[in-house]
Amino acid sequence: MTALLDAVGYDAWALHALVWVPVLGAIAVVLSSEERSKNVAFWCSAGVFVLSLGLWWAFDSAGPLFQLATRTVWIAPWGVSYALGIDGISLMMVLLTTLTLPLAILGSFQYIRERRRAFYALMLLLETAIVGVFVAMDLFLFYVFFELTLIPMYFIVGVWGGERRIYAAVKFFLFTALGSLLMLVGILYLYFRARAGGGAPSFYILDLLGTPLTIAEQLWLFAAFALAFAIKVPIFPLHTWLPDAHVEAPTPGSVVLAAVLLKMGTYGFLRFVLPFFPEAASHPTVVAWMLALGVIGIVYAAWVAAVQPDAKKLVAYSSVAHMGFVVIGTFALTVNGLQGGLMVMLSHGLSTGALFLLIGMLYERRHTRLISDFGGLARVAPLLATAFVVAALTSIGVPGTSGFIGEFLSILGTFERYPVTAVVATSGVIFAAYYMLPMVQRIFFNRLDRAENQRVNDLSGREAVILAPLVALMIILGAYPTPVLSRMEPAVRAIVEYVGSDGEAGALAELARGGAEVRAAAIAPIARARTP
Amino acid sequence: MTEFHPLLPGLIPLLPLLGFLGNGMLALVAGVRGAAELRAGAGAGKEKLGELAPPPWMRGLPSWIGPGAIGAAFLLTLMNFVGMARSGLEAPAIVRYWDWISTGGIRIEAALQLDQLSMIMMLVITGVGLLIHVFSVGYMREDPGYARYFAYLNLFVFFMLVLVMGASFPLMFVGWEGVGLCSYLLIGFWFEDREKADAGKKAFIVNRIGDFGFLVAIFLLFTSLGAVDYAGVFGAAPELLAYGGSTATAITLFLLIGAAGKSAQIPLYVWLPDAMAGPTPVSALIHAATMVTAGVYLVVRASVLFALAPAGSATVAAIGAATALFAATIALQQYDIKKVLAYSTVSQLGFMFMGVGAGAYVAGVFHLVTHAFFKGLLFLGAGAVIHSMHHALHATHKDWDAQDMRNMGGLRHKMPVTWVTMGIATLAIAGIWPFAGFFSKDEIVWYAGAARTGGYGALFTALWGVALVAAVLTAIYMTRLMVMTFYGSNRTGEREAEHLHEAPLVMTIPLSILAVLSLFGGWLNVPASLQESVFGGFGLLPMSDWLERWLEPVTELAQEIHLSHAGGYATASPLGGGAVLWAGIATGVALVTVGLTFRSVSKRGIRPASESGAPVGVVRGLLYHKWYVDELYDRVFVRPLLGASRIAWRWVDQILIDGSVNAVGSVFKALGWFGSLFQTGQVTTYAFVLTLGALAVLGALLL
Repeated sequence: MTALLDAVGYDAWALHALVWVPVLGAIAVVLSSEERSKNVAFWCSAGVFVLSLGLWWAFDSAGPLFQLATRTVWIAPWGVSYALGIDGISLMMVLLTTLTLPLAILGSFQYIRERRRAFYALMLLLETAIVGVFVAMDLFLFYVFFELTLIPMYFIVGVWGGERRIYAAVKFFLFTALGSLLMLVGILYLYFRARAGGGAPSFYILDLLGTPLTIAEQLWLFAAFALAFAIKVPIFPLHTWLPDAHVEAPTPGSVVLAAVLLKMGTYGFLRFVLPFFPEAASHPTVVAWMLALGVIGIVYAAWVAAVQPDAKKLVAYSSVAHMGFVVIGTFALTVNGLQGGLMVMLSHGLSTGALFLLIGMLYERRHTRLISDFGGLARVAPLLATAFVVAALTSIGVPGTSGFIGEFLSILGTFERYPVTAVVATSGVIFAAYYMLPMVQRIFFNRLDRAENQRVNDLSGREAVILAPLVALMIILGAYPTPVLSRMEPAVRAIVEYVGSDGEAGALAELARGGAEVRAAAIAPIARARTP
Repeated sequence: MTEFHPLLPGLIPLLPLLGFLGNGMLALVAGVRGAAELRAGAGAGKEKLGELAPPPWMRGLPSWIGPGAIGAAFLLTLMNFVGMARSGLEAPAIVRYWDWISTGGIRIEAALQLDQLSMIMMLVITGVGLLIHVFSVGYMREDPGYARYFAYLNLFVFFMLVLVMGASFPLMFVGWEGVGLCSYLLIGFWFEDREKADAGKKAFIVNRIGDFGFLVAIFLLFTSLGAVDYAGVFGAAPELLAYGGSTATAITLFLLIGAAGKSAQIPLYVWLPDAMAGPTPVSALIHAATMVTAGVYLVVRASVLFALAPAGSATVAAIGAATALFAATIALQQYDIKKVLAYSTVSQLGFMFMGVGAGAYVAGVFHLVTHAFFKGLLFLGAGAVIHSMHHALHATHKDWDAQDMRNMGGLRHKMPVTWVTMGIATLAIAGIWPFAGFFSKDEIVWYAGAARTGGYGALFTALWGVALVAAVLTAIYMTRLMVMTFYGSNRTGEREAEHLHEAPLVMTIPLSILAVLSLFGGWLNVPASLQESVFGGFGLLPMSDWLERWLEPVTELAQEIHLSHAGGYATASPLGGGAVLWAGIATGVALVTVGLTFRSVSKRGIRPASESGAPVGVVRGLLYHKWYVDELYDRVFVRPLLGASRIAWRWVDQILIDGSVNAVGSVFKALGWFGSLFQTGQVTTYAFVLTLGALAVLGALLL
């Protein structure tokens, strides 16, 4: 495989292609007919997924921290560069994104009936933006992509959403825009602070890393960045935009939102907040607050989920609970905790993505999402029921599924340093069963006593194709997560060691070791760009 | 002595897994077929479960795949057993497959451990499992979910084998939750019945409370010992954990939470009686013979840790004794034949806990094995009875309860094989010599009385008394069950009685095999103290003390710790007298109890359920209503949790949090509205305001 990739020069163009091919696809969608647009969009995103698979082999866990890196000057006077690169964390996030998009698009064939060209073009633009977020190595570029995700999502919710779509879309937009504006202030402050150190102006992440900051500055900047990402995650109590956005969003919107958009928040913590502000991020008070909010999210969101009459809202709240595991795993700052948090992110992408797709399928059949409108569906739709049960079991972390790996590791990693917090978080396994099983029972079990439900169709071939890879991955990642974990390990280790040492020189050198090699490879194009 | 080479150990769990995949495919095909028929006939009144007949091949294939997979696994287990017995294996044989979880912070291998303990468990699981699979072929034959049933049952055996064969605590946990999942699916097998689906859900959630404890114990093991695999944990524990120290105690108490959940001990036993909603062979396999004994297995597996924590061990014993007595009292006043057996199981598991809590690990495993024989038999026998009752009632469309013993009576004439085999099991569980239960129960009771662990001597003496009472109650409720079911005159109804019949061979053969095992199973481990007496056949019984010697490599480290810190066991009971005397007293009392109960219940004029009122008297009412524990839990836990959830949603989420978000929004909206007042569109107004402003600025500058 690696030989094949080398032969086509994969390393040189892969990341650019993953970012920009969806834009080309969007143009193609706009140029195609209303009827054919969905196929164009699907095949384009499927092609991107196939392209992205090469990353799995192209990425070498024994290699430098950041790989496939390129850097080209974009706005020279400000030191903004178009810099891409991936570490093991980005790698998995990109793969999750490129997997989710074609499935979400395929899942929207029935649901989206109006203005299809616009819809599919926006979905592809969204893909560009999300992939961009995960591969950007320049803070400015990251910010552009980060903000860019808002626009397609705003329209997807606001145009193709449910009855209260405008309220939900505006709420979603304002919440996240508010957070990111504060982050912009933080980014600029950091940039000027780094520049004051005497270096050339730069937004390049590795240049900004290790910028000398007082603890007060770190705490303020931490707050600015963390707020933006906490809203995205979302962390309790900043989560109330999420259920509204989910309920109103069309199925593909919910799928992308849950499976990948939320991960931009947790990714932001790992990529920026922890490495940039190590002293703030490991400050006892900060850690205590973050752990507390994480644990509250786990328990509180589970409780709230348990009493939701709307299946989609229930799953939306369950997302908040899942993200709680990511938060505690991340701020426990142990290798196991971070690995566990990342596994939760991946597993949640699979299981919650699948659950939203399945609820969408139920909605297409019955035009309702109220749990009490269903009952006994396992009798008429055994395949759909099976897929739902597997996704639900993954969501509640039953061993043998990917959900267990994530929860187990994130709590274990937390327990290593904060046992009491971890024990409270462990109670989440009980509450997960408490909200998930009654829903499964009320939709698929009990009597099939309504005429409308008796006519519900089982999965179509298209729907089976959407769900099969998700279900398979839940089981495979549950049985053998090691290949994924080992690819993320160097990045996780670097973060833990760097932050654990409060950004001391030794660890920084370790982290930059990878970076230096990257820069050596990236200097040449910059030098060329500088000489007119 | 040759070295032990495990023979394809991975295949032992893999075979049931393949069986699950095969049957699962068939089940999906059958499900899709049934769904199509259902949609075609929607509204035509055919939506009731059981009215859509599956095609013939849907019966044939699962009947072979299901039991076949287990049979093959059993054979392979037997071959490994022979190999292990010949080799005199000392250290466990660990077979590694792949790096399951490897993060850089922890490494857990997918590895199986074959030692004397896992071997015994594997034999029970695949052996008794095979018999129950075969029985199911007869019992479930007419069910439309036939393939699905065998798929779940095979999956269960797979997870159960992972539970006992896994070489680390996390791997045991995989099996642990896996069997819980299968239990959930099988209890709610007839999911259209809301009560049954509810029972499955309850089992899963209560079990998860136990799993919470298990998980925390794993975390504690990792942080305190740096290992989670058995070899690592038991190697490090004696060095790193102080005897009686808080860490050891904490680990064992959290493990106990897990064990109490899975093995239905106080306070987490409430799910098991409800679990009887599942098909009866499921009750036999999962809720009697195998899964519910996982807690006992856990304590024996972690015996080194429990030996290091006398307080933890004493708690295990105390909970076991309390459960043994408490559940036995409830069993006295139940009319549902399966409910009696369910509470009996809870009670017998209590005995096992008492044994392993007293440090008598072998006695616990011994009772686990004999209990698998006789309780498996009792449940299958009850299944045969229910099967027959169901047919009889169905034939005349009588809507009586097929499980209520008040509707039975006199079945010994109709079902002689079931009657005899269940009779043997009853004598076994009542503890009458020479049946299997006599030896295992006697050993547990003896050790409970003889334990002197770490200053808990008085406690163990009390537990010994509790155990004796519980043993007497066991004889009473089981005799009552037998009399109500098989003796007296039949109460099912004249027309119905004609349809009552003995079960087919495919069901009676497993019953008979289990009856033989219930008869002779006790000879696996005739205690040394009884060998030369009449109870040991004056030393003539073939395998005296065999299990004790077989398990020695597994339990010896715990025994050493035990002996070096707590001293040995007493040689006389708390009231004096040696083992032989008390064995005689026990079997004598059991015999007398059986006789008295037989007479008193026979004389009672039992009426069919529809003609009987609620039990008279405070005590009877209390027992009939199971001490109102379900109601108590509902008030204390379930409703408050639901209430808190509603408050969290309605008040905290919607009003407090979202309310303040929207309030912020409203403030800006109001500001906007205020601003919009100035946008009148009247040029004169603008000019006026402009002039005012200019004047104000000018004024400010001048002043």
